[in-house]
Amino acid sequence: MTVYKLRTPVSEEDTRKLGVNDTVYITGTIVTARDAAHRRALKKYNEGKKIPINLEGLVVFHCGPVVKKEKDEWNIIAAGPTTSSRMNSFEGKFIKNFKVRIIVGKGGMDSKTTIAMKKYGAVYGAFTGGAAVLAAKTIKYVKSVEWIDLGIPEAMWVLEVKNFGPLTIAIDAHGNNLYKDIQINVEKERHKIYKKLGV
Amino acid sequence: MVSRKVIEDITVKLLQLAVTELPQDVKDALRKAQNEEETEVGKAQLKAILDNVDLAEKTHSPICQDTGVVIFYVKAGAQLKELDKIENALRNGTVRATREVPLRPNAVNPFTQKNTGDNIGRNIPYINWQIVPGDTLEITVLPKGGGSENVSALGMLSPNRGIKGLKKFVVDTVISAGAKPCPPIVLGVAVGGGTDIAMKLAKATLLKPLGEPNIDPELAKLEEELGEAINSTGIGPMGLGGKTTVLDLKIDFAHRHPASYPVAVVVQCWAARRASVRIYYNGKVDYLSHKAV
Repeated sequence: MTVYKLRTPVSEEDTRKLGVNDTVYITGTIVTARDAAHRRALKKYNEGKKIPINLEGLVVFHCGPVVKKEKDEWNIIAAGPTTSSRMNSFEGKFIKNFKVRIIVGKGGMDSKTTIAMKKYGAVYGAFTGGAAVLAAKTIKYVKSVEWIDLGIPEAMWVLEVKNFGPLTIAIDAHGNNLYKDIQINVEKERHKIYKKLGV
Repeated sequence: MVSRKVIEDITVKLLQLAVTELPQDVKDALRKAQNEEETEVGKAQLKAILDNVDLAEKTHSPICQDTGVVIFYVKAGAQLKELDKIENALRNGTVRATREVPLRPNAVNPFTQKNTGDNIGRNIPYINWQIVPGDTLEITVLPKGGGSENVSALGMLSPNRGIKGLKKFVVDTVISAGAKPCPPIVLGVAVGGGTDIAMKLAKATLLKPLGEPNIDPELAKLEEELGEAINSTGIGPMGLGGKTTVLDLKIDFAHRHPASYPVAVVVQCWAARRASVRIYYNGKVDYLSHKAV
């Protein structure tokens, strides 16, 4: 369980040295993206069109924040992670096409994403679900907001952060998936529990 | 009767309290979990949760960015007049709270996918009405997050299996939910009635303070048995492993159709938010879930 402080853009070398259970803090640029932003970005890519921001080496945060606009300036009030599994069908392609290095969310992602992370050198960092004020505290300012027509939660918020974390590396770039390990253990317990309950 | 404007103001306050400050019983349950947790990762997750709860309370910021779909439970004294005005006051209060607290706009048209932007929509906020004797008005708000709602489940089980089927269904629901609902969770379980009745009863159990056993000793025993079973799954805080998966589990029931055995499991994330207020006829206001404000 090593603690790393990383700065964006994050290199493949940076992510390859991380292992599950390591703790990471990020300084630099992170970009929020939920289902709708993933869908639109991949559609644009397939059509050969550009997306508003170059994501190479950046951090994608599965998050739909609470924001407040004061004097033409956006403030992020609360910004915890959303359930990452909703992005399972997009993330492999997203990592491949846009070369993002760190995906941050909660609840983990599937084996397809784990394989893509291994192949392209990306990791998944779990941020404590619901810890929205802790996350917001690390956001220095909003650099820009893209695709606001998708609605506030679904837009891409480009954020400058300082020591964003703690992130627990739950999927590393070597094919390890902490959630999968826990699931295997839970399955072992399941039958003991049935027996104890007499069901 | 208390004026519409007053009820609107109280609604804003109630939503603000609910999303920025957890009731004491929930904070106590989280602290207890942190003291008892054994895994390194589990401890770290609970620490982040408790730090976040403190910070949210101090800065009057929403605990979680998912400020939920707004659900009201209203107990209206039968002697009150102008009850038809309350719905409007609750809706206006919700619009204002969305702007003032602020809340995340969470009301999306399921056909056009358009977000209304103010948490108001068709049947949303949803209001559960109960007419009670007297002349007081009690309003409870339950902001319900999406991540935990998505793993809630209804099972139309075989009556032949009875309570065994119920136990298995609850355990299976929690295991398949895994990390998704932000454990440690709170579970509302209800059996009987019918599809809608079971779901409503299960959700309404989330209004009860954590740590208080069921007044029915048989149900209290079942709550404890299922709670222990779920905590032995090892899912743990945030599904990253540990001994606390459920903070509390509540059971309610209705009599059932002879052919049906509906079991509803409503899952609530660790941010078990709720706030209640009682408004007296003379205008006196008591906040029931939170200390004097």
